[in-house]
Amino acid sequence: MATVSLGLRQKRRKERLRNLAFLSPWLIGVGVFFLYPLASTVYFSFMKYDGFTPPVWTGLKNWAYVFNDYPMFWPALRNTLWLVIVMVALRVLFGLGIGLLITKVKTGAGVFRTLFYLPYLAPPVAATMAFAFLLNPGTGPVNSILGKLGLPQPGWFNDPAWSKPALTLLAIWGIGDLMVIFMASLLDVPKELYEASELDGAGAWKRFVHVTLPTIQPIVLFAVVTGVIQTMQYYTQPLIAGKVASGVIGGSGQQFEPGYPDKSTLTLPQLVYNLGFQRFDTGGASVVALVLFVLAMIFTAFLMRRGSGFLATDD
Amino acid sequence: MQRLSRALIGTAAVALLATACTGTSEAPKANDDATKDVTITFWHGWSAPSEAAAIAANIKAFETKHPNIKVKVVGNINDDKIKQALRAGGPNSPDVVSSFTTDNVGTFCSSKVFSDLKPFLEKSAIDLDKTFPKALQDYTQYQGTRCTLPLLNDAYGLYYNKDAFKAAGITEPPKTLSEFDAIAKKLTKPKGDGYSQLGFMPNFHGYESTSGHFAAQWGATYFTPEGKSNLAADPGFAKMFTWQSNLVKELGGFAKLEKYRATFGDEWGAKNPFHTGQVAMSIDGEWRLGMAKEAGVKFDIGTAPFPVPDDQADTYGKGYLSGTIVGIASTSQKQNAAWELVKFMTTDTKAVVDFANAIHNVPSTLEALKSPDLKVDEGFKTFLDIAQHAKSNTTPASPNGGAYQLTLQGFGYQYEAGKEPDLAAGLAKTDAQIDKDLAQAK
Repeated sequence: MATVSLGLRQKRRKERLRNLAFLSPWLIGVGVFFLYPLASTVYFSFMKYDGFTPPVWTGLKNWAYVFNDYPMFWPALRNTLWLVIVMVALRVLFGLGIGLLITKVKTGAGVFRTLFYLPYLAPPVAATMAFAFLLNPGTGPVNSILGKLGLPQPGWFNDPAWSKPALTLLAIWGIGDLMVIFMASLLDVPKELYEASELDGAGAWKRFVHVTLPTIQPIVLFAVVTGVIQTMQYYTQPLIAGKVASGVIGGSGQQFEPGYPDKSTLTLPQLVYNLGFQRFDTGGASVVALVLFVLAMIFTAFLMRRGSGFLATDD
Repeated sequence: MQRLSRALIGTAAVALLATACTGTSEAPKANDDATKDVTITFWHGWSAPSEAAAIAANIKAFETKHPNIKVKVVGNINDDKIKQALRAGGPNSPDVVSSFTTDNVGTFCSSKVFSDLKPFLEKSAIDLDKTFPKALQDYTQYQGTRCTLPLLNDAYGLYYNKDAFKAAGITEPPKTLSEFDAIAKKLTKPKGDGYSQLGFMPNFHGYESTSGHFAAQWGATYFTPEGKSNLAADPGFAKMFTWQSNLVKELGGFAKLEKYRATFGDEWGAKNPFHTGQVAMSIDGEWRLGMAKEAGVKFDIGTAPFPVPDDQADTYGKGYLSGTIVGIASTSQKQNAAWELVKFMTTDTKAVVDFANAIHNVPSTLEALKSPDLKVDEGFKTFLDIAQHAKSNTTPASPNGGAYQLTLQGFGYQYEAGKEPDLAAGLAKTDAQIDKDLAQAK
């Protein structure tokens, strides 16, 4: 009896080891690239650590500094939330809208699809610099045209009130990724559903609301969740736009504080760099990184919870 | 419960592992024999072909003098890469490192990632006061720890368009700020809601028109001896901001100047507003002469020290100084050999002069500044004189990468835009912020 039990245990143990071996690529990936950095970030958030000398325990000092005394934190948080709400919503709306239009086009759909997709391939730095040139309030062609039409000429990247809308314009211009995903999902909506609804007398809007949207809702959820996470990591475009517009784009040893104009383009990832690599404050940078992580988790959990409801009813 | 314990133990283990990847400040002792064959690695930030050629010539001269020491040169290195390498250490990390910015000297010295050069200087009997101008000695040390030395120098002065001066009937550059303001107004030609020519761009985003460069003309002191921010207590800062904001108003106001500034080309390109004639005067470093020539500027360029406040007219000739720094990585196992290179590049008069001539920078030693081999034209001499002026000064090193300068600059943006009307209260608030940032860094 004991021999049978031992053999069974060995068999189970072997099975477990085999399962672990199959899982190991994922386990190693998650451990090395997620759990270890996450634990390190939590650890460093309670340490004074300049990257050179050994870390020293400081308790909640870094947390208190970031929340109470670091003047860039709250503007950056507000800007990040603004971008998450406005930019993500507009990107999804425009991506879906353009996708819808192109699926309806009878001829030349390929040309339009290529035209709308191409901007997405532009490197972020080059695209931002091009936009800063186009939207230059003094010499840019956009304001020149607006002026000729007798319309107001915003300061765009040079005006705190217009810098985030200008970044949103740039994000909408590069809508190609969402457009392709939405087009694929729109073409996947069963035609018989449209035919049935037409027979029931549904117009275009009702067909969109009661047929198209419920069918593509998982894709909308995917677009929103990935959009929120990407926007939480928004770094290159606001930094480059601020640098170009402020005139500080290079030069030996030139200092630059992100957020031009008037902290309006500050985002949380820029603070991670500012604290960790410009001010040698790894502890403070870790606090900001953890705030980003928690925010991303909250947004994602909220959206997934909302999404799971309609996904469940859809099933 | 068992699962929770395992999870806690696992988390603690990972957190402990995190400490294993932190940098170390344990410096190896300088006990290598610099007379034996050795290869050292030198990192620098220069990238232009002419600059790389100048470095190569400099290193060749060193290797000729020290045939047993070979130097592996790695160019186009910025401070981010330097910090990463100094954190990691290892056989591929540099022995000698130079950086274009003086802002990180505070951290480099206080964290001991750069070796203390005092024992090396004593060993080589180098008297700093007889070798380097005082301002250069200041920006290469932090609170008494000298971990870097100056490797060439940047001096800031006034550039003016001689043709524009002639057309306006102005015969010589201004020496005091009241003269400067009058000339800036005279040279300003409004056109529509902009300008066909602006006398001077005083806005703080106007390239080198920074609060730090202006404040140097008042000789303002940034910190108390105890290391507290001193902006509100030193009247120089309030006077500087008052002068700047008055000039902004006199030249058309902040909004109009900002709109005009948006038409400027890249500071480092051919379309710099001084090159294009959009501004008739500018504050800039000695490199502008060479850049203007390369850009094919048609008008005659004049240079002079930047004007001083009227009540400090006797200090005319001073200016803001900065420059490239060089030090020895404390992780280097070849410290004595590395010191030979640092000593050669920073104190050998011929090496300093040749390098300065090659890249059109101001030399960083007193001997080199007087050297007959220095290629000096009329415009460049201005900057040599500024570099040697006893009252020329710089921004001090701090432990958080010069964050105090950005905080001050940030206040300047608010003040010039009229968003911070109370100057004294604003400076006090800026002091408080700088002190909080410093407390966080300590």
